[in-house]
Amino acid sequence: MKYVDEFREPDKAKALIKEINKVSESAINYLSNGKKKEKIKIMEVCGGHTHAIFKYGIEEILPPTVELIHGPGCPVCIMPRGKIDEAIELAGNSQVIFVTFGDTMRVPGSKKSLMQAKAEGADIRMVYSPLDALKIARENPDKEVVFFAIGFETTAPSTALTVLQAEQEGIENFSLFANHVLVMPALQALLSSPDLQLDGFVGPGHVSTVIGTNPYQIIAEKYRKPIVISGFEPLDILQSIWMVLKQFSEGRCEVENQYTRLVTEKGNNPGLNAIKKVFTVRSLFEWRGLGEIPDSGLEISPEYKQFDAEFKFSLSNKKVADNKACQCGEILKGVLKPWQCKVFGTACTPETPIGACMVSSEGACAAYYQYGKNNPKILVNSNR
Amino acid sequence: MCLGIPGKIVEITDGDRFLAIVDIGGIKRQINIACIVDEEHSAASCLGDWVLVHVGFALNRMDEAEAQKTLDLLQEISAAN
Ligand code: SF4
Repeated sequence: MKYVDEFREPDKAKALIKEINKVSESAINYLSNGKKKEKIKIMEVCGGHTHAIFKYGIEEILPPTVELIHGPGCPVCIMPRGKIDEAIELAGNSQVIFVTFGDTMRVPGSKKSLMQAKAEGADIRMVYSPLDALKIARENPDKEVVFFAIGFETTAPSTALTVLQAEQEGIENFSLFANHVLVMPALQALLSSPDLQLDGFVGPGHVSTVIGTNPYQIIAEKYRKPIVISGFEPLDILQSIWMVLKQFSEGRCEVENQYTRLVTEKGNNPGLNAIKKVFTVRSLFEWRGLGEIPDSGLEISPEYKQFDAEFKFSLSNKKVADNKACQCGEILKGVLKPWQCKVFGTACTPETPIGACMVSSEGACAAYYQYGKNNPKILVNSNR
Repeated sequence: MCLGIPGKIVEITDGDRFLAIVDIGGIKRQINIACIVDEEHSAASCLGDWVLVHVGFALNRMDEAEAQKTLDLLQEISAAN
């Protein structure tokens, strides 16, 4: 496939690994700064990267001095239990057809998941696109169709445009349960946490096709961490890791863009305009594992409240604390590795997830479970 | 969740409603192209463009020259090793 296969060529991957090895020594010397430093910790923010890193075994081929920390960039993983409970509450209304991306079905709420609610008879339908939800609304005028709008800025333009289309067509039985999240407030919350031990970032590629590279300047300037926006194929990720290391070895700290074929400085205007039109920033949004982060979510703006499920239905809005056993928070901050959680692989597995990091294939715990189990080398390499 | 796949626009079905057909590795799908249409790019001009497809929308247009630059650099690194 064009623009996919060229970025998977093994020979080029080998060459990049050689370059990474070459540069990693001077990078760690630069970071050591007198004190002994054993590992350079680079966080890949996006769950899509986490998935690719495990799929292609990228961790194993990196030099032992380079460690990847799997970040909070999976919008499914960070959905708190209270939000899933509210989704189930909406789906339980006999007037409602609740429509969602498949990814959210297995996320545990405080009592059950959407999957269990569906098995118990709630009308919950899985779709590939928010436009499919609009189609369901068109076909079922006597029902209210609620779409579970989740995702970062990558997905927000598509749900915003779907609302605009509903408005244009005069479809009144369609609304969003809007739980979009914003990448920069979450990264800033992470960067401000005292126990964080990160040296640099591989930045989210697809979010950045929408927001551009400009918003990341603050990471390099204020927090003094280099960041390289990266594509999703193995050569993209390797090249980005190499670029981060090269910044250290040359004493630079900048925002760089590896994914120039899709990401510009300014981002995508029609997409950003659609977001601005339909959504406003929520003053507070709760992230599973990370707690409440100011200005980190999106809600429907007052002009479009007829498309807001939270306005149409009164929700109980209960906060539910994270399960005490779950250490997703520490894992998302890069403080712990999944296998250091007491219930990893025992009480918590992809079939019976306790925390959200175990639910989606983009979650760090599920990735370790799936690939570590068949490949003990990953666990050995991580100094179990 | 944030996955996207490159595809090529092979037909503009309804420019006013931003509907187009995209070819993703031989499979054809209808997508919405509202995110890649602006003053400089009319809907009709999107025919033949490579785009990144995400949840039924063309999220952005692929810059083919930039893709080639990245590939050239990778080739250079590979030749030097
Ligand atoms: S293994 Fe399960 S309980 Fe432990 S941190 Fe991961 S998701 Fe949470």
